[in-house]
Amino acid sequence: MRFLFKTDYEDDIRLFPHSGYVVSYGILFALLLVAPYVLSSYLMSQLVFVCIYATVGVALLILTGFTGQASLGHAAFLAIGAYTAAYLQKYNVPFPVYFLAAGVLTGLIGALVGFPALRLTGIYLVIATISFALIVEEILARWESVTNGNEGMRVKALSLFGVAVPRDSPTFYFLCLAVLVLTIVGTLNLLRSPTGRAFVAIRDSETAARSMGVNVALYKVKSFAISAAITGFAGVLFAHKLSFISPEMFTLQLSIEFIIVILIGGTFSLHGAVLGAIFIVMIDPFLTYLKDDMPGIIAGVAAALGAGKERAAGIQSTVAAFASLNGLKGAIYGIIIMLFVLFEPLGIYGRWLKIKLFFQLFPLYKRATFKRQKIYVKSERNR
Amino acid sequence: MLDFVQQLVSGVALGCVYGLIALGFVLVYKATEVVNFAQGDLMMLGGFFAFTFIGMMGLNYWLGFAGAVAAMALFGMLAERVVVRPILGYPQFSIIMATIGLGYFLRSVAGMIWGTDDLKIETPFSQGVLRMGSLVLAYDKLSVIAATMILCTLLWLFFNKTTLGTAMRASSENMLAAYYMGIPVKRVVSIVWAISAAVATCAGVLLAPITFIHSNVGLVLGLKAFPAAVLGGFGSIPGAVVGGVLIGVIESMAGFYLAEGWKDVAPYIVLLAVLLLKPEGLFGLHVRKKV
Repeated sequence: MRFLFKTDYEDDIRLFPHSGYVVSYGILFALLLVAPYVLSSYLMSQLVFVCIYATVGVALLILTGFTGQASLGHAAFLAIGAYTAAYLQKYNVPFPVYFLAAGVLTGLIGALVGFPALRLTGIYLVIATISFALIVEEILARWESVTNGNEGMRVKALSLFGVAVPRDSPTFYFLCLAVLVLTIVGTLNLLRSPTGRAFVAIRDSETAARSMGVNVALYKVKSFAISAAITGFAGVLFAHKLSFISPEMFTLQLSIEFIIVILIGGTFSLHGAVLGAIFIVMIDPFLTYLKDDMPGIIAGVAAALGAGKERAAGIQSTVAAFASLNGLKGAIYGIIIMLFVLFEPLGIYGRWLKIKLFFQLFPLYKRATFKRQKIYVKSERNR
Repeated sequence: MLDFVQQLVSGVALGCVYGLIALGFVLVYKATEVVNFAQGDLMMLGGFFAFTFIGMMGLNYWLGFAGAVAAMALFGMLAERVVVRPILGYPQFSIIMATIGLGYFLRSVAGMIWGTDDLKIETPFSQGVLRMGSLVLAYDKLSVIAATMILCTLLWLFFNKTTLGTAMRASSENMLAAYYMGIPVKRVVSIVWAISAAVATCAGVLLAPITFIHSNVGLVLGLKAFPAAVLGGFGSIPGAVVGGVLIGVIESMAGFYLAEGWKDVAPYIVLLAVLLLKPEGLFGLHVRKKV
């Protein structure tokens, strides 16, 4: 086990606490750089979605994970970013300009949503953000002169400094990756700045933060604005990746998916956003695999275990029927959410930390290290 | 003027639908401070149970109704035992997520079992209308209004006049202190989930002739009933019904007088406005935390 001796504040806030970080992230980065030349185009496309979802996940982490403000309305911010891009693109605005414009506009709207949120906590905040998202969805469907209503909008291929960047090209992937990496680095910097410290203070105890002189209202609005702006940037990439956007893509379902991203990944660290995004995006290929290959494999196993030929064929068709049931995805989603909330509230990254600690402390690991405290004395009405 | 009154009446009828579902939200919240996002889906499941008993097994309407309510009460207890009890005492958001997960699960499983078609139950109220002068009100809507009023009164009496109701309010205020006072908190929570599932089933069965039963009905109506509960102040049983009626009236007025599209948005705009002015809803208690 490695012990880090920190002798001054600079040591404490380093982005890479020791050389191991540089090596492992360097390897990861190199792998990501060669990925487009190795992986199939389908997996590359999924990887782009991972980047976009992870960017939104980071945004949501700033708001929910670090400031403690729940939001079930992030699909609306994504939609605003996407539609800004699509609308400005019609007037031949260059990409860097509308990319920034989408972020700024979404950030402003996020701040506007933040104001009512100042007085709301817990469940009231959740319902307020849901209402906001539903209103935005309806506006997108009705404001036909700008958004083209329910018919949706086509988004042309991205053009960067006069060069067209098709949505399947490696360049587009690198662009998404760059946005993700910049977002993560920016967020890490934010979190070690006074602003980020104030966010965490508000999450841990609003009353304590206020008594320490943190301007709670200001920082909550800031948190909403930053989170929304990052989601807006992701929205631009989302629009380009899909090349077609319509209001029914940005429903409550998508907001819930974003929450699932951070919930499954882990709400206490930025790793969580990326891991959760990988999980959510890869569930579709996994289900396809389940549908195509699983019945054959199970039948093979059954045959190997001594079941007769007809029996194996019967098993194969039963499994195939089960795997192609309508709504299997919803059921799997539901079960995954419940299992994570019940058994691994720290998410995938939390599980990774536990495994790591187990090997570091090998014979001395205690389960109680990560035990959560239950707080029964808690009426949110009296808070 | 007649249009206005007719819209008002149908708004109230619609609002009672929302109020009936909102009652379930409020019940669980009042007793455990848990917000059950799967409430609408419990309602949907109740409707399917009733359909199974009445439509498929051919039971008498009232017998099927009672059977569905009993079955769902048991199911509510089961859901509480499996999903909610292990995480009682943890931050509210994880419980919200768990119930969202439960909702997903119930929706898709119901879709798998009963298919995706709209199902219909023959009820004694399916046909006929009540005429008062030139006002028209269908019996199925009237039955919802009556049931909402009866259930609201019963639940209010239950919470305020019975020992069990008092125990529920106590355990919501401070679970640990309630436990020390000898209240069997776990059983109380279990019972309240059973009651709320039963109330949801009543809503589901009564709505069957109006909205039909399909696997997404819970999500759609739940999303409308939720603002109703918030508008009423979440902890208040009469508040839920008043909030529901408000939302219903706003919706039908907006649908009649304003341009297309306002109908679906107006309730949420009003909700946001109310939350801006009164963050605890119309009937909520506003208590500041003492440090």
